[in-house]
Amino acid sequence: MTPPDYEYLRKLLKDQSGLDLSTDKQYLIESRLLPLSRKAGLAGIPELVQKMKAGSASLVAQVVEAMTTNETFFFRDKIPFDHFRQSIMPQILKARAARKSIRIWCAAGSTGQEPYSLAMCLKEMDGQLAGWRVEIIATDLSQEVLEKSKTGLYSQFEVQRGLPIQMLVKYFKQNGEFWQINPDIRAMVHHRQLNLLHDFSQLGTFDVIFCRNVLIYFDQDTKINIFSRLCKIMEPDGFLVLGAAETVVGLTDAFKPYPDKRGLYQPNDSRMARAPAAPFASRIAAAAGM
Amino acid sequence: MKTCLVVDDSSVIRKIASRILEDMNFRIIEAEDGAQALEACKREMPDAVLLDWNMPVMDGFEFMTHLRQLPGGDAPKVVFCTTENGIDHISKALHGGANEYIMKPFDKDIVAAKFLEVGLIAAPV
Repeated sequence: MTPPDYEYLRKLLKDQSGLDLSTDKQYLIESRLLPLSRKAGLAGIPELVQKMKAGSASLVAQVVEAMTTNETFFFRDKIPFDHFRQSIMPQILKARAARKSIRIWCAAGSTGQEPYSLAMCLKEMDGQLAGWRVEIIATDLSQEVLEKSKTGLYSQFEVQRGLPIQMLVKYFKQNGEFWQINPDIRAMVHHRQLNLLHDFSQLGTFDVIFCRNVLIYFDQDTKINIFSRLCKIMEPDGFLVLGAAETVVGLTDAFKPYPDKRGLYQPNDSRMARAPAAPFASRIAAAAGM
Repeated sequence: MKTCLVVDDSSVIRKIASRILEDMNFRIIEAEDGAQALEACKREMPDAVLLDWNMPVMDGFEFMTHLRQLPGGDAPKVVFCTTENGIDHISKALHGGANEYIMKPFDKDIVAAKFLEVGLIAAPV
């Protein structure tokens, strides 16, 4: 990719989406936009840029979407996984000692790095979980990313961001230029296509919900609505994990912050005080008289 | 300020790596091969070593083996950074005392992620 092409794409992405790429992200652009170029019948990035400059609005939209969605890596932000190992799991192990089961939902599972990171955490504590039923449900709006997640295949770049090398050696097999996560880890994660705006009560009840870096894309009313529906499908002593830039504070009293653990929340004791909430999409439909 | 010894026979790679690490607030010492690196460690034990595998005179693995036998030589965090991307090399490095492993090509994010992993830098707040 030529430097002027890179600069053009960088500026366009900043203007259109707020995505702020540093000067050394050529590989990221290539890994996202080469497949897109091929789909559009173009030879490569130079041809893609040329066509965008000629004023193809739909191509610009596709480029922005390809570059902005689903940026994720293993053990992203690290801290939530420390919370999971050090705060959440010790309490779950005690509280569910009789039932011996744990259900976890990754509400924006994307290409699988988050659910598989959790699966690896649980695998590391295998001894304590002997005889337990462990279930991780990964959902995402996009069927395409779920398909990638199911394969458990990751590029060399993807396995180097956040994944400790010992875990790569322990839980992955090399497959040409790719690395594939082992079948026993893959089997811990179940995939479902799901839009958070729609009813998700059919997923059942969860002990832990990871809902990170997805609510930031929604407006305030939608966030409030999702929080109250999340609360309904969560055990009273369950845990909600949000992204670094997300909070319930000032939006809902359905959840309260867990003391001194940023991004970690629990359902509020006063569950009765909460107003019932229908899925946002059906509320819109009702309001519109449909 | 922490010190990082950058060991690579390519001056271009040393330059790129040094720039990334300087941005992460490391003082840089450079070496062109394992033998030079070992001399550097005898003079001053660094906090971190970013280590290529294939080099003339003495390769990275042999350097690490000698380093780990030096007084205080178990202290530096050794992060391999090499085109040897096979599981056999990675396993050999880890068993030989490496703390982390970067498969080339690399960028700033990967170096930062690996250095964070072994506790050489703090998590961004």
